[in-house]
Amino acid sequence: MLSLIVFLPILAGLVILAVPSSQKQVIRIISLVAALVQIVLAIVIWRGYDPSLAGIIAAPGGSPAGSFQFIERVPWISLDLGGFGKLNIEYFLGVDGISITMVILTALISTIGVLSSWTIQKQVKGYFILYNLLATAMMGCFVALDFFLFYVFWEIMLLPMYFLIGIWGGPNREYAAIKFFLYTLFGSVFMLLVMIGLYFSVIDPVTHNHTFSLVAMASQENYIKDAILGPDNVFWRYVAFIVLFVGFAIKVPMFPFHTWLPDAHVEAPTPISVILAGVLLKLGTYGMMRINFPLFPEVFQASLFVIGVFGAINIIYGAFCALAQQDLKKMVAYSSISHMGYVLLGLAAANSEGMLGALYQMFNHGTITAMLFLLVGVIYDRAHTRQIDKFGGLASYMPVYAGIVTVAWFASLGLPGLSGFISEAFVFVGAFSSVTTRNIAIVSVLGIVFGAAYLLWSLQRMFLGTRKPDAAYDLEVGSDGHEHIHFHDWKGKLDLDGRELAMLVPLTVIIIILGIYPMPVIGLLTTSINKLVTVLSPVVLTTMN
Amino acid sequence: MFELPSGAEIQAIIASLNASVGYFIPEIYLSVLFMLLIVIDLVAKGRKNNLLSLTTLAGLAGSIFFIVPQHSMKAGEFFFGMYVLDEFGLFFKYFFVISGMLTVIVTMADEQFDSETKSMGEYYALVVAMVLGMIMMASSNDLLMIFLSMELVSFSAYILTGYYKRNLQSSEAALKYLVYGAVSSGLMVYGFSLIYGMTAQTNLIKISASLAANGYDPLVMILATLLIIAGFGYKIGAVPFHFWSPDVYEGAPTPITALLSVASKAAGFALLVRFYFVSVPHSLQPYEDIVGIDWHSLLIVIAAASMIYGNVVALWQKNVKRLLAYSSIAHAGYLLLGIIVMDKFGTQATLFYLLAYFLMNFGAFYIVILIANKTGSENLDDYRGLGKSMPLAGGALTVFLISLVGLPPTAGFIGKLMIFAAMLNKGDLYIVLALIGILTSVISLYYYMLIPLNMFLRDSPHSEERSMELSLPSRLIMIALMVLTIYFGLYFAPLSDFAKYSSALYGMSFQ
Repeated sequence: MLSLIVFLPILAGLVILAVPSSQKQVIRIISLVAALVQIVLAIVIWRGYDPSLAGIIAAPGGSPAGSFQFIERVPWISLDLGGFGKLNIEYFLGVDGISITMVILTALISTIGVLSSWTIQKQVKGYFILYNLLATAMMGCFVALDFFLFYVFWEIMLLPMYFLIGIWGGPNREYAAIKFFLYTLFGSVFMLLVMIGLYFSVIDPVTHNHTFSLVAMASQENYIKDAILGPDNVFWRYVAFIVLFVGFAIKVPMFPFHTWLPDAHVEAPTPISVILAGVLLKLGTYGMMRINFPLFPEVFQASLFVIGVFGAINIIYGAFCALAQQDLKKMVAYSSISHMGYVLLGLAAANSEGMLGALYQMFNHGTITAMLFLLVGVIYDRAHTRQIDKFGGLASYMPVYAGIVTVAWFASLGLPGLSGFISEAFVFVGAFSSVTTRNIAIVSVLGIVFGAAYLLWSLQRMFLGTRKPDAAYDLEVGSDGHEHIHFHDWKGKLDLDGRELAMLVPLTVIIIILGIYPMPVIGLLTTSINKLVTVLSPVVLTTMN
Repeated sequence: MFELPSGAEIQAIIASLNASVGYFIPEIYLSVLFMLLIVIDLVAKGRKNNLLSLTTLAGLAGSIFFIVPQHSMKAGEFFFGMYVLDEFGLFFKYFFVISGMLTVIVTMADEQFDSETKSMGEYYALVVAMVLGMIMMASSNDLLMIFLSMELVSFSAYILTGYYKRNLQSSEAALKYLVYGAVSSGLMVYGFSLIYGMTAQTNLIKISASLAANGYDPLVMILATLLIIAGFGYKIGAVPFHFWSPDVYEGAPTPITALLSVASKAAGFALLVRFYFVSVPHSLQPYEDIVGIDWHSLLIVIAAASMIYGNVVALWQKNVKRLLAYSSIAHAGYLLLGIIVMDKFGTQATLFYLLAYFLMNFGAFYIVILIANKTGSENLDDYRGLGKSMPLAGGALTVFLISLVGLPPTAGFIGKLMIFAAMLNKGDLYIVLALIGILTSVISLYYYMLIPLNMFLRDSPHSEERSMELSLPSRLIMIALMVLTIYFGLYFAPLSDFAKYSSALYGMSFQ
């Protein structure tokens, strides 16, 4: 099941390879069908998922079965290294509460992305092949439970992303694409070394061999005491934690490693921005929750304050930067940095409320930010500019658009009744109840104020009032005697068309439903989050040593 | 006084030679092939290039039939210890024969030969001679034999580099190669003579025994070490013995560049591994040296310098062949890491990396040739927009370059993984070296990606649609190399098992 959901897009990519490049519509439809099937599979997995099983670590006895679900585990590569034991790499997939939410999110955002890619006209065949490769790699990352497999998926993501930004991006795309590539590769090469180090330090409790299994690595009793990343080797454990954290933090992106994100977003085409903000950023925090923290819990406990501070910087600095932007897309990009700060803050709280808020925020940020970028794309398609002060009074001419924008903007600033509110509230409750992060939480609340400021201000400048003198569109009086606006070379429907509604309405519905009744998602992840908090808690660590 | 051997002694020598010949059949076969090619060149009339190339291809393929039975023979030394047969040597026999075959295939695809030169007669014969020399390098067990086989390779390579006789760049490259080569082999022979002076032995195994039994003068040993490393370093193209390589790689016919960058480098590594592991006595700790310079720390410095220098200088290259030359300097550094580890796992990693490097580097050069056929240029600027007119070649080249960076899912990634795993397995000092390797590979991403950047992200300055159709055989070879690169990135057990099997050296058992 999981294999199917992971490899479905790449299969579609292979089919597309055989389609002549002139058949653009066929190529798009193949991709859409694959994405829709992915959603169906995600729903099947969701319905079949038993939320009472915790995941995170193996069930008592060392076997992942009974803790993880939908497990697929076959030996992939097994090498005899003579005196060094055996090199065992497994094809090992499975989901628990942390990953199942991300699987659903990925399936959803991939589909939205395909719909949003409909307007791509240049080299459609190449585009969708790369897009499908990217979709496979993203999904693979979230379900891989073998570190090696995770790393392979993680790195496979980079190349399609590079080309998707680099070929289909804006004017400064070369710079943005290589910057993205170098930043993320810099982060992930250290992961390679840590991965090898962990391999030599961990013994699978069942087979008694070295293993790449993340499940085995998450239990501290599986470590060899004097191995390179074993419990006795405190120095290298700290180093490993820090380099892993930096690797994931680049993806989040966490200040001061965030500078690639605005560039990438501004240059990327809309669907790629959606994927980037909706899914890719989550991989950073997911990696922390799955790998970085459970594997090095004592270092995690020692660095809570630092992580919290970086979270607060992200929240406030991101909001300030967003406030200063003239380019709407850049503003949304910085708001994305700000909102990922809440995730970091929630993780730093290291209690159930905070962690739950963090994971729920990841899901909500995925849906909300995807919407924001789609909405930016809608106006950019029409006006060919994203300068906030080139608009004004749009609400009276594009009422549906304005309505959906308002919902998305309010969800982003955390209005009660919309999903963003609940996750941010959880994050703050968690951060406030932890002594370490209490003061950080108090400071971070300012972020909400600034968040409201830039969102409301941009809303006001673009949608309220009247047309500005240098606006990107003209006013003309239509045959019915009313004033209409007219974008210079836009032939399509002025307000949202069917395809755009098909992308935006489902997201709007999800945001509203999850704001009123969050249990469909929260119910999935509570058991796992509680388990994660237990695994990370200092009490368990001291009893173990 | 020199005494004539008695009749019985001569009988014994002849008997021993007769027994040894049985171990030497592939080499004899290749020598015959070499002469056959010269004869064909003399006898055949008219257009004989295809005849020659196909004969070479078939001949080299045929040699595999003589190599395979050697697996069942017992590892050992023969010709009075001059030459050995072991799994390690066999690995390189396959490696070089297949490199030779690929070189022939690549040559057949290269259209520059048609314009630069009329006759290809000596060319194929010299390729065979070079293959023979490299095979002998990998199996030599004696200082004299090492020198002779190295010179056989070098002389063939000098001529091949300058094969475009009327092309100034090619001639300049050949001359530079010759001068550097002469100096470094001179230094190496001097180093050999010092070793001989200390031990009175030329056989590697006996040198090891003698050094262990009688000890040595540290000063002389260091001098000899330095001089010998100069010779080997020249062959593998490591810093600071790399100065020839960018010019030679750029000037030489591209198939020869590929052969030099893959096979000749591998031969250097084979020699380095054998000399280093067999003749340096392992009963002595590498750090016991009084002055503090020994093989081991020298190699560490060379490896680090090669990785840093090669990767950093490549950033500024505008010519793809030159860029790949610097990349090959960097790869010499990565390969050295596996040797520095000095255990079976490390050797296995080095051999694996060589196999991966073989696939990706030959692949990259092959496509460079195909592109040069169409555009007549190897400059980065002329790669602009090629991704659109030849998407398959562009895609394949991207795969090879990604593999050279060391990203999954390619064989190059597994190579790096194994080398770094071997290093981390050893401890703290090696972690620092591994960090250098990791960081420089991030740098390498930038310049490797310049090629796809130009191919896919930029538009061609030529507005007209150029015909970029590649012939079917070229496409098949390209796809085969690409598929293998990815296949061994996803399922590397066969290659890795072969590398492990081949890490057995005669006269050396790892602790």
